[in-house]
Amino acid sequence: MAPIIEFKNVTKTFTESSTPVTALENIDLRIESGEIFGVIGYSGAGKSTLVRLINALEPVTSGELIVDGADVAGMRERELRTLRAGIGMVFQQFNLLRSRTVFGNVDYALRTAGWDKQRRRDRIEELLNFVGIVDKAWHYPDQLSGGQKQRVGIARALATNPKILLADESTSALDPETTGDVLRLLKRVNAELGVTIVVITHEMDVVREIADSVAVLDAGGLVETGPVFEVFSRPQSPTTRRFVETVLRDQPEGLDLERIRERHTGRLVTARVREGDRLGSVLSEAVGRHNVRFDIVYGGIQAFGGRSLGGLTLELRGADADVDALIAELATTTEIEELSV
Amino acid sequence: MNADWGTLGPTFLTAIGQTLWMVLVTMLIGGLLGLVLGILLYTTRRGGLLANRVVFTVLNVLVNIIRPIPFIIFITAIGPLTIAVVGTQLGTTAATFALILAAIFGISRIVEQNLVTIDPGVIEAARAMGASPMRIIRTLLVPEALGPLILGYTFIFVAVVDMTAVAGAVGAGGLGDFAITYGYHRFNWVVTGIAVVTIIVLVQAAQFLGNWLARKALRR
Repeated sequence: MAPIIEFKNVTKTFTESSTPVTALENIDLRIESGEIFGVIGYSGAGKSTLVRLINALEPVTSGELIVDGADVAGMRERELRTLRAGIGMVFQQFNLLRSRTVFGNVDYALRTAGWDKQRRRDRIEELLNFVGIVDKAWHYPDQLSGGQKQRVGIARALATNPKILLADESTSALDPETTGDVLRLLKRVNAELGVTIVVITHEMDVVREIADSVAVLDAGGLVETGPVFEVFSRPQSPTTRRFVETVLRDQPEGLDLERIRERHTGRLVTARVREGDRLGSVLSEAVGRHNVRFDIVYGGIQAFGGRSLGGLTLELRGADADVDALIAELATTTEIEELSV
Repeated sequence: MNADWGTLGPTFLTAIGQTLWMVLVTMLIGGLLGLVLGILLYTTRRGGLLANRVVFTVLNVLVNIIRPIPFIIFITAIGPLTIAVVGTQLGTTAATFALILAAIFGISRIVEQNLVTIDPGVIEAARAMGASPMRIIRTLLVPEALGPLILGYTFIFVAVVDMTAVAGAVGAGGLGDFAITYGYHRFNWVVTGIAVVTIIVLVQAAQFLGNWLARKALRR
């Protein structure tokens, strides 16, 4: 099946200022229809620019960008407006019209798309029910909490039944609990309505919890891309590794490490735990054979794209040669890293 | 110090009528054209919806040249233009023509300044929905900045009332003219005072109405 969005060697350079700035360089990316695709990177990595290329809020400088079967790069302004009408977008700061009510904000999208009055009314009711904010229909944005505003933003973005939803840091301005609510809503939009979602974020938790695939951006370049579990369970670049470390605390450092060393005199190793590797089975069988005893002293395991991933730090006690042999055997199953003294 | 209000009364009422007429016509025509010019200044600037460096530079320089000219000088300086358009450079209609021109440039800056306060993100959201620039101007820019715009227009209203008094100097009629001719020149402070109080009442009423409308628009 052809991807719904495909970047082919796309470069974006901003030339408005006296010194041109290349925001994205030689990006190749495939986003499949019906998936939630995460784009993660630090601020300034080019994520926001990348998402704005998809609905042509920013024009592509060079390369091909195929969205729903057509090359965006060659489109005229009128065609672009049609394209944009088929792509919803939600924003970090919600970007609701302050002069209009919740109803009016959703209505704005439908009016822009030229829907007649009766259809608009029915559709707005349906949308506000879907995002769970129907009781606030006649409130103004100023009277809503951040989470409520983002629900309105999502309702507005979905108004015209788009195939694609672009979410630009859609939870970055929200508290952790509200973030969870909004992520679950996005997941529902994907599962129940079959909308392809592109999520731009600097937060690993967002990608970890809802994305199927991910692209890691750094300094305008694509670092890694693939299914979420594959990319994060075997990170190939320092950037990806740093992102994994923001949510996985599997290795003790500093004071934690000192405290552990005080109580545990054996050798400390951190083992990668990856769903399917069956580290526990291997370990429980091998320690006896090598005459080594172990304790679990530190670790963290979380779901990435629905599969468990993490690491456990173990204390291994036994003769040095035996411990060496055990580490060597475990290393055939997963990555083992010994913490130097 | 007593004035003969039997003869002065009708003149006074005419003066009020002339002031109101000049102010209202100026606010209507100048207000509308000032709004258009202000929107053009805002949308043609760099990064704007209709970004166009040439148009913006020309308009910007034009506004910067005309706006600071004191109205008493402006109204005499454009005399030839006024004659060409109105047929005379004296009287209420001629003065109104000058008032409208001056108001357009003053209002355009106020409109531009208020539009700048609109969150660019909201405009981006409308663009992302597929809205055309004209649609955004019509349905988003003006409604989103309506509260501050009303306050801006109220400010201009007061300034225009002030300018109509200056226009009295070229025989425009109106309350300013009345106060100078029948009060100041005849050393009749009662007449001057009554004209001034009438202007104050007019300005206060406009300010009150403007504040009330702005509050409604801002829902505060």
